[in-house]
Amino acid sequence: MSASRYTTTAIGLHWLMFLLIAWGFSIGLSMVDLPLSPTKLKYFSWHKWIGVTVFLLAIARIAWRLTHPAPPLPATMPVWQRKAAALSHLLMYGLIVAVPLSGWLYSSAAGVPTVYFGLVPLPDLLSPDKGLAGRLKSVHYLLNTTLAAIVLLHGVAAIKHQFVDKDGLLARMWPGRAQKEPA
Amino acid sequence: MKRCITALLMAAASFGVAGQTLDPAKSAITAVSRQMNVPVEGKFTKFTGQIAFDPSKPDAGKAEFTIDTASFSIGNAEIDDEAKGKNWFDVKNFPQARFMSTAVKAAGPGRFEVTGPLTIKGKTNTVTIPFTVKADGGAAVYEGVFPIKRLAFNIGEGVWKDTDTVADEVQVRFRLVMTGGKPAAVPGKKQSP
Repeated sequence: MSASRYTTTAIGLHWLMFLLIAWGFSIGLSMVDLPLSPTKLKYFSWHKWIGVTVFLLAIARIAWRLTHPAPPLPATMPVWQRKAAALSHLLMYGLIVAVPLSGWLYSSAAGVPTVYFGLVPLPDLLSPDKGLAGRLKSVHYLLNTTLAAIVLLHGVAAIKHQFVDKDGLLARMWPGRAQKEPA
Repeated sequence: MKRCITALLMAAASFGVAGQTLDPAKSAITAVSRQMNVPVEGKFTKFTGQIAFDPSKPDAGKAEFTIDTASFSIGNAEIDDEAKGKNWFDVKNFPQARFMSTAVKAAGPGRFEVTGPLTIKGKTNTVTIPFTVKADGGAAVYEGVFPIKRLAFNIGEGVWKDTDTVADEVQVRFRLVMTGGKPAAVPGKKQSP
C-alpha cells in the first residue's frame, strides 16, 4: 500500500474523536467544581454520553487501524522520532479506551449507573463502593491528564513537522483533497 | 427516641388493637427518582409505624407511618446534604413525613389497596397504595410500590422544578416487616378487639 495519506475513514475518526474528547474533557473539568444543580447533573450525563461514544469509536478506530496500515512516515524522519511517534500513538490508542472505561467504572463504583443518551442503561461493572470510587476517580483523572499531555505533544510535533521541518507529515491526516481509499 | 416512642404509643392507641410492631432492621422504605433518566435510589433509614390488618377483613385495616426525612440517603454526601436542604425535604422545618390510612380494600387475589393522606414537607395529598401481604414465620411482610409526583409535595423547589433533569414522578417502594402480636397475615385469625 503506497498511499501517502490515512484513509478517509481514519481521518474522519481522528478529527471526530479529537473534537469529542476535547469537548468531554472540558465539560469534565468544569462540571466537577459546579455547585449541585440541574446544570451539573446535565453536564455529568453529557460527559458520560460523550465518553461512551468515544469508547465505541475507539474500538471501531483500533479495528480499522489494525486492518488499514498507516501511510509511511517521511524518509527524512530520524529513528528516534519514529519510535517516539509509534509509542505516543500506541499510548493514545490505549488511552482512548482506558479513559472512558475508567470513567464508567468510577461511575459504577459511585453507585450512579450510566444511561447512554438517557435511553440505554449500561451494565454496572462494579457494585457501589466508596473507597474504590475514590481511587477510580483518581485513576480517571490521572489517565485524562496523561492523555491531555500526549495529545498536546502530538499536536506540537505535528505543527513542528509542518512549519519547521516542512516534511509534509501533516498532510497524512489533514482532511480534504480526498484520494482513493484503499479497499 | 422519645418522639418515636410517643408516635408508637399514639398509633397503637388510635387503632385500639394489639397490632404487630415494625421490625426496622428488616424493613425498608426507598424512593427511586430519575435524574437524566438515570434511576437513583434513596433510602429512609428511620421510620416508625403501625399496621392492623386482617386479609380476611381488609376493610377494617388500618395503617399509620411516620418517616424521618433527615434519614434519607442515596449514599453521596453532596446529594444527601442537598436533599435535606430547603429546596428538597427541608428537614429542619419538616422533619417528618406521615401517612395515615383512611380506607383499605381488596384489589384482587392477595392484593390490596390502602388510601389515605400522605404529608411530606407540609403538603398533603391523598395517595392510593397497592400492597401485598405474606406471612414469613411469625411475621407479616407488607410490600408495595407506588408513584408520587414530587412537585405536588414541593420537593425540589427553585432550579430543581425543572423536570427534564429530575423527573416529577418518584417511585416509592416499601417492605415492612411486622412482628409479634397476632400474625395478621394468616387468614381466618381475627384481631382481638
